[in-house]
Amino acid sequence: MTIPTHEQLVDFVAHEARLLDEQRWDEWNALFADDGWYWLPASPAATDPLREAAHLYDDRLLREVRLRRLRSPQAHSQRPPGRGHHLLQAPTLLGVDAAGGTFELRTPFLYTELRAGHTTTLPGTARHTLVLVDGALRIRLKRVDLLHADQALPAVEFYL
Amino acid sequence: MELPDPRALVRPHEVHRDLYRCPRVFELEMQRLWARAWLYVGHDSQVPEPGDHVALSLGAQPVLMLRRDDGGIAVLHNRCAHRGAPLAPEGPGRAQRLLRCPYHGWAYRFDGRLAGLPQRAGYDGVDFDASAAARGLTPYGEVAVHRGFVFARAQAGGPGFEAAMGELLGALDLICDRSPRGRLRVAGGVLRSLVRANWKLYLENINDAVHPPSTHASVTDAAGAAWTARQAEAATVGAGVDPEGPPLAMRQLLPFGSGFEFFDRMGARLLPHGHSILGTQHSIHSGYSAQDVQALREAHGEQRAAQVLAFAPQNVVFFPSMALKGSPQVMRVLRPLAPDRTLVEAWAFEPEGAGPQALPGALLYNRQVFSPLSMVAHDDLHLFEGQQRSLDADGHPWVSLQRGARAGADETPPRDVGGLDEGLLRNQYRAWVEMMEAR
Repeated sequence: MTIPTHEQLVDFVAHEARLLDEQRWDEWNALFADDGWYWLPASPAATDPLREAAHLYDDRLLREVRLRRLRSPQAHSQRPPGRGHHLLQAPTLLGVDAAGGTFELRTPFLYTELRAGHTTTLPGTARHTLVLVDGALRIRLKRVDLLHADQALPAVEFYL
Repeated sequence: MELPDPRALVRPHEVHRDLYRCPRVFELEMQRLWARAWLYVGHDSQVPEPGDHVALSLGAQPVLMLRRDDGGIAVLHNRCAHRGAPLAPEGPGRAQRLLRCPYHGWAYRFDGRLAGLPQRAGYDGVDFDASAAARGLTPYGEVAVHRGFVFARAQAGGPGFEAAMGELLGALDLICDRSPRGRLRVAGGVLRSLVRANWKLYLENINDAVHPPSTHASVTDAAGAAWTARQAEAATVGAGVDPEGPPLAMRQLLPFGSGFEFFDRMGARLLPHGHSILGTQHSIHSGYSAQDVQALREAHGEQRAAQVLAFAPQNVVFFPSMALKGSPQVMRVLRPLAPDRTLVEAWAFEPEGAGPQALPGALLYNRQVFSPLSMVAHDDLHLFEGQQRSLDADGHPWVSLQRGARAGADETPPRDVGGLDEGLLRNQYRAWVEMMEAR
């Protein structure tokens, strides 16, 4: 097994955000390990996705539902289609478990979503837990902590 | 300035668009309807110990729900008797021994009485004890607690709590008895959405079972397709179909795709004062329940347990401020901010003594359906926000609420109707007029 370089890890995070902004949903979902989760807690201090409120805690099946919905001609809120934009700070490597093949990165970001004429800008920090699956990097967990996690939010439709 | 005339804005089967857009109507709603109604304040499990409090807004009023020393619940204006500073910031808090104003240090007992203030000698020259300030924190109004659910009403007059709530209290009992101990507690945290629409557009939707087939097709089609694909994939790899059927997430989403006949047969009950129960026979929530049936039978007896489990309404509406579901145990609280802005909170409950499996199901439901990042609510919110703008159209000022209306039924409206009947909304607006008129 080849251990990914720092540059490869950082590139992975940048690529992931780019796939979201370009709405290449299937390619994006394929970046997750089969047992990978996307978690957006409703509190910065959250430790338990099942027993504490969250805005999103999606496994592969729920990501598929959400992404299929966005493409549905019946998704009224996507008429006109919305757009999302990530502005990323350079990711920091938080931890490497080379033996276990686990890599953790922290990436502060500013996410902007445009929908139905409304612009919503949300600062936050993404934490990627990446693993090697058949030699390729995959997401085991993407945790997104919003500055406004516990505040009243307008509708936000895409993955951040 | 002339006050709006509520009676001129509501006809038997239609309401005027000014209900949703006029700032003077909104102001009058805050002064009359929201002050005269028994509003949901909070749940006593949020303030277990004396001095525990939650600061929040009721209508346009900043209030504090506070656990008193004697174990009761006080609902007080969150305004220091001195110069008007808030006693506590929005959200939960805990005071030790006394509640102290952060500005000048005036201190209050947990029932609101003034306990002390610094530099008392400075008041020797005035008859302080006779002043408004000496009376301490001002009560918001009357307070009533049922099964831990705290309600309050700012203005006296009209029916008392039990008469005003009527059958809703029995519905609340059924929902609470999903706990073997008959008690729910708030758990897991709250999700808050900012909706750019009038509070009544949101409330109407809670009582509207005609919209799912057209509004929610995007998510139900997506859930159906994703689940079918998953099963096909499992079959190819020889994993077979999961004998437990679809996971809870799918069992919560797929019934949104039920047809008109299902929604009509689920039935609704119209109650006085704008209250209602949608889904008296069944609902989209009937097919799942994270309940330990045996524990419920032991606690409540066979008959009561069966009654409790059979009650899975779409929504129990506590007009005008709250809507509750029995399974999943989730609640929405409405907080009007402006004619075209509403804060909606989604809370989850854990039934005491019912085991650890209930809360995750409630939180899953709130994530999927009520979060501002949900899968279901986007289409709803988008349409409410569009409605709010389109009602500016001058050509047609009336909103139609005619579905299910019968000639001659205006004086004595039916009590039980089909789930598709806009009688649910007409019932809300009959109460709206009653509570908006000058007294």
